[in-house]
Amino acid sequence: MSHAETHSHDHDHDHKPKGFVKRWLMTTNHKDIGTLYLIFSLIMFIFGGALAMIIRLELFQPGLQFVQPDFFNQLTTMHALIMVFGAVMPAFVGFANWMIPIMIGAPDMALPRMNNWSFWILPFAFTMLASTFFMDGGAPAAGWTLYPPLVLQGGHNLAFAVFAIHMLGISSIMGAINVIATIMNMRAPNMGYLKMPLFVWTWLITAFLLIAVMPVFAGAVTMLLTDHYFGTSFFNAAGGGDPVLFQHIFWFFGHPEVYIMILPSFGIISEIIPTFARKPLFGYVSMVYATAGIAFLSFIVWAHHMFSVGMPLGGELFFMYATFLISIPTGVKVFNWVSTMWKGSMTFETPMLFAVAFIILFTIGGFSGLMLAIAPADFQYHDTYFVVAHFHYVLVTGAVFAIIGGVYYWIPKWTGNMYSERLGKIHFWWSVISVNVLFFPQHFLGLAGMPRRIPDYSVQFANWNMWSSIGGFAFGLAQIFFCIIVWRTIKGKGTSKATDRVWEGAKGLEWFIPSPAPHHTFQDGAPVNDEHLAHVSSH
Amino acid sequence: MSQTNTNNDQYYVPHLAKWPIVGSIGMTMTAVGAAIYMNNQFDSPIVMYLGFATLIFMMFGWFGEVIKESESNKYNPQVDASFRMGMIWFIFSEVMFFAGFFGALWYVRNMAVPWLGGEGTGVFTNTELWSGYEGVWPTNGPGNIGGKFELVDPFHLPLINTVLLMASSITLTIAHHALVDGARKKVIGWLIATVVLGATFLFFQVDEYIEAYQHLDLTLKSGIYGSTFFMLTGFHGMHVTLGAIMLTVITIRMMRGHFKPESHFGFEAVAWYWHFVDVVWLGLFIFVYII
Amino acid sequence: MNKEKSYSSSGLKIFLWVALVLLVNGSALAKSSLNMTQGVTEFSKIAYDLHMIVLWVCVVIGVLVFGAMIYSMFAHRKSKGVTAAQFSHSTTAEIIWTVIPIVILIIIAFPATKALIKMEAPTDAEGKNIVMDMTIKVTGFQWKWKYDYLDEGISFLSTLKSDSNTARQIGSGINPATVENYLLDVDHPLVIPVDTNIRILLTANDVIHSWWVPEFGWKRDAVPGFVNEAWTNVKTIGTYRGQCAELCGKDHGFMPVVVNVVSKEDYANWVESQKGEQKVAAVKNNAQWSKADLISKGKEVFNSQCATCHQATGKGMPPTFPALDGSAVVNGPIDEQIKTVVFGRKGTSMAAFGGILSESDIAAAITYTRNAWGNTAKDAAQPKDVKKIKNS
Ligand code: HEA
Ligand code: HEA
Ligand code: HEC
Ligand code: CUA
Ligand SMILES: [Cu+2]
Repeated sequence: MSHAETHSHDHDHDHKPKGFVKRWLMTTNHKDIGTLYLIFSLIMFIFGGALAMIIRLELFQPGLQFVQPDFFNQLTTMHALIMVFGAVMPAFVGFANWMIPIMIGAPDMALPRMNNWSFWILPFAFTMLASTFFMDGGAPAAGWTLYPPLVLQGGHNLAFAVFAIHMLGISSIMGAINVIATIMNMRAPNMGYLKMPLFVWTWLITAFLLIAVMPVFAGAVTMLLTDHYFGTSFFNAAGGGDPVLFQHIFWFFGHPEVYIMILPSFGIISEIIPTFARKPLFGYVSMVYATAGIAFLSFIVWAHHMFSVGMPLGGELFFMYATFLISIPTGVKVFNWVSTMWKGSMTFETPMLFAVAFIILFTIGGFSGLMLAIAPADFQYHDTYFVVAHFHYVLVTGAVFAIIGGVYYWIPKWTGNMYSERLGKIHFWWSVISVNVLFFPQHFLGLAGMPRRIPDYSVQFANWNMWSSIGGFAFGLAQIFFCIIVWRTIKGKGTSKATDRVWEGAKGLEWFIPSPAPHHTFQDGAPVNDEHLAHVSSH
Repeated sequence: MSQTNTNNDQYYVPHLAKWPIVGSIGMTMTAVGAAIYMNNQFDSPIVMYLGFATLIFMMFGWFGEVIKESESNKYNPQVDASFRMGMIWFIFSEVMFFAGFFGALWYVRNMAVPWLGGEGTGVFTNTELWSGYEGVWPTNGPGNIGGKFELVDPFHLPLINTVLLMASSITLTIAHHALVDGARKKVIGWLIATVVLGATFLFFQVDEYIEAYQHLDLTLKSGIYGSTFFMLTGFHGMHVTLGAIMLTVITIRMMRGHFKPESHFGFEAVAWYWHFVDVVWLGLFIFVYII
Repeated sequence: MNKEKSYSSSGLKIFLWVALVLLVNGSALAKSSLNMTQGVTEFSKIAYDLHMIVLWVCVVIGVLVFGAMIYSMFAHRKSKGVTAAQFSHSTTAEIIWTVIPIVILIIIAFPATKALIKMEAPTDAEGKNIVMDMTIKVTGFQWKWKYDYLDEGISFLSTLKSDSNTARQIGSGINPATVENYLLDVDHPLVIPVDTNIRILLTANDVIHSWWVPEFGWKRDAVPGFVNEAWTNVKTIGTYRGQCAELCGKDHGFMPVVVNVVSKEDYANWVESQKGEQKVAAVKNNAQWSKADLISKGKEVFNSQCATCHQATGKGMPPTFPALDGSAVVNGPIDEQIKTVVFGRKGTSMAAFGGILSESDIAAAITYTRNAWGNTAKDAAQPKDVKKIKNS
């Protein structure tokens, strides 16, 4: 097609910088940076997962066996912070880096140097955060929600945690700015907005969410910092402040944050389903509107996390209704996916399996979300394992499954090697079974009255906790297996070479460049041929 | 993409970026240095200062590289557009940062403090815990945290400062017009005027803080009033400082002959930033000082 | 292709098998309940009903959506030789599946709104404001509850029962199953009369806690510096157990809520006996104690009130909780220590015990610490010393 393509067949000519430092530390190449993000995310996933394994180990049976209560709280807190900010968000930025420029026919991200910085802040920030484990008094232990006044009792870790969060925020904001500038400014001629793949759309909207809420989060933790170290009274009633103020600011960030973790997943799923259904995505335009609608609504529902703090009645009603509304655009997405599958000609390669599991299990998580949104019932659900079950369904079988599905979907393009379909299928079934054993019983536990964030529980909860732990260990092992599959694919062991198109039904620019994607693509502009695109909107 | 110059018809992608990693190291040193200093684990803020120094070094290096590339026509209009978008959305993120603090101010004034004073759902809060507390703004809370204090009179220094900042926005706009007209001398003159106005603003702001601490007993520790007052004005002051430094830099660049009438993104970015800082001040003047 | 198929179907088999085991396992165990309790108040019933309504709504939508999807997955697969249709939108369909959920949500919103109004702005069937018969103030501490009966002047602390507390320590060697009501029992339960409108005021001393008894149907946060209001009216006599439901530090899992709901007569008797005890306490506060009595009472107080942080060994858990064994304060001038305990340390979890414990208990605990472990002060504090500092 373009120069870049012909060049790339000649491996000496793809201008990869030589040497480790130059190639990785000083890179400005969106694909290398994408790779860095993805590897980093996998490491963090294992780290966060290891913490979760200790949690599940302690909760395997009643009584305290392995960890002291305070350390347990540190585990819970760090597990969540690492999974959310270290594993899931960077994974999506990795996908964005790799795929967006290719999908819209751009030579690279709009601001390549800054792109490098966005990534290279992360390892430093997480080292700083993780180092609190080794400090006097340990890591933050007030939950990932960092509620004062508890978090202010934390000791030395507070300043480190706050500064680490500032750094993560800076990284995310720069990453989001880059995505926006890339999408708005770097599309190949003829790549109109309504021709963009849905993944690009969801990321564009996610990037706006990021820019809008990360600074607010930074402000909130700054107030924690000054309350603790400089004697301000933001969250101290005696000084005229209010601990609940923090919760409002936190959730003004926190709720959009959960959609930051799910919108790009929607994007990935919307790429995978049409490919394996061999049928265009149903309702492309309404998908775009639904995504924007979810993003908009996400700003006005935050206090559904706070139904039990004692808000005035009017507030509770407003936030309940607003939260209900989110089900509508989300439903549109689910129905559109199902309609895409309807009357398709489906095959079930591993990415498709994960996508299908995503739709079912995410929807189950969405249903429990809707249940939580009913304020009078949430007075019972709140802060129980029912909530834990809800958000792991949307996060693990939602976001993480989408990430895993996306990896299987695009890894042939990234590495030039096909993964082993046999191992991929084993991984899928192993994961999907164990993850339900892990999280489904948590609904029962919550309904039966087990609070979250407790290291030990009354014996009536023993049975389901044991099942949950067993599922947890199995799911953890499955992910080790996943690492092996990825490793073998990169190394080309037991696999075949990938073709350029990779999937029979695949559409979009990425499938019309070679596999592996050459180091530089579209340097002289991409001729966008409507035939290659999934969406040439005629709506 | 219209091409005026043969060497910039491709979107410029720098090949290696050595500054980001320096920036990360600087940032981490600053953060770690500040954290151990705040925790009294280390007697001196030296690590933090070293971190700052590294960051400044990084900025010189990074911006220097960008300026060099820009001056040697490596950037085509598309690159320029990327920079513009970058700056716009960066400023938007700053707006949201301030929005968080303004939101907190709104909440304590309209919710928390009235509740503590017994309004709305706060009846029992007041009778059981803080009986006798009135809940009127300004307040340092029912616990009288930080002791009695007086307010800064909005119509002295703050009003002068408002005028100064407004004026500086105007002088900067004049400078911009002059740049478009190609009147370089005039640009430099008005830029210097802008910097001087900004510096005077900062001088008065510091003066006001000294006054507040020494004579009004208004400190960061004066309950929620002191907290919101100093955090909002303080962060604003930091932004003015940054803006003033950036203005100084573009003044120097003007003197060195940088910027062209038809392309001067660096100049515009600083100007946007300065106007943003100005608008925030208007918000402060109204919501923190007057109302 | 064949091979591929056998993988997916064997996976499916395992999946169903595991699901079956889980279900059988669940229903076989009478004790492990699967669903929300219906509880013993109007609210718990409301919450349960709403929960069930929405659950069934979700199940029905789920069956339809997943059913269509699974049907499609079997019917529209390439291996069956189908060719893909190429339709990509249908305005009618999209309008339908936007409108139907809206309608469902509106229907759900009605009972939810009604329930919420009932809970927050209590009115009876005729719309008249419900009159509260009594008020109890609940204060959360790290990690215990304090109950003040505002009308009766009764007040006491409620902490995790000692048998649970012993069993829960790492390496205790005690099987939790052998402890009655493991982690769900306290030394002094809240006692309330049946069939009475009780206003409950919630606040906290240090960090946010949340007071929750599932059978009552709600939880409400106890926020330091603010008072939250809730109410209940329990219809059935019995003992109801719940837990703190907001992360409040290391022993968040160990501050249960236990409520004894008794008949109105029993309640009246209980109030009398409490008032008697209150009188005894007043006498104790005014008496001069022997050092030996102080120490033995002090040990008891210390182990129930202070040991969660400073540990029974006095070694604390530095750096968060300082050791009292060898502490400069405990070995220094006694007035300083009394001040520390009476007024607490602001911004730390060391509470102002002056408002929590009786003067005699404080004096006893302090005397105990000054004579226990390796401490050398060996002097004694009398209740009147504590009173003096409290009133200073
Ligand atoms: C990816 C992350 C993610 C996503 C997508 C969601 C999605 C939703 N969440 Fe969730 N949530 C979290 C992550 C997420 N959540 C986390 C992490 C927490 C806990 C935080 C903490 O406390 O630590 C939480 C907690 C949480 C609470 C607070 C619970 C409590 O603490 O008491 C509530 C309450 O309203 C809630 C609601 C919802 C709703 C209504 C949705 C909706 O978006 C779901 C919409 C989807 C559907 C409804 C399914 C598909 C729709 C159809 C098939 C259409 C037809 C359906 C109907 C009309 C029913 N969530
Ligand atoms: C995207 C976010 C994300 C992800 C992916 C996960 C993944 C997992 N989470 Fe977590 N979780 C949260 C976000 C997430 N979680 C949040 C926000 C909270 C709330 C925190 C709070 O209350 O503040 C929480 C809380 C939370 C709790 C409740 C703790 C409590 O309330 O006290 C539990 C308990 O079971 C749990 C378990 C798990 C498990 C078993 C996984 C598994 O999916 C993890 C699987 C992955 C691995 C295991 C890694 C790979 C394998 C290894 C490292 C090898 C070791 C393996 C073996 C020994 C078998 N999580
Ligand atoms: C919820 C935790 C907690 C409980 C319960 C608690 N303390 Fe403390 N205590 C602390 C903390 C934290 C400090 C350290 C405060 C500081 O850093 O200034 C402390 C400090 C002290 C000190 C000063 C020690 C020193 O060397 O500075 C004394 C004396 C003390 N407590 C006695 C008691 C007594 C007596 C009780 C019981 C009646 C008690 N504490 C209950 C947490 C607790
Ligand atoms: Cu008290 Cu949790
Ligand atoms: Cu939410």
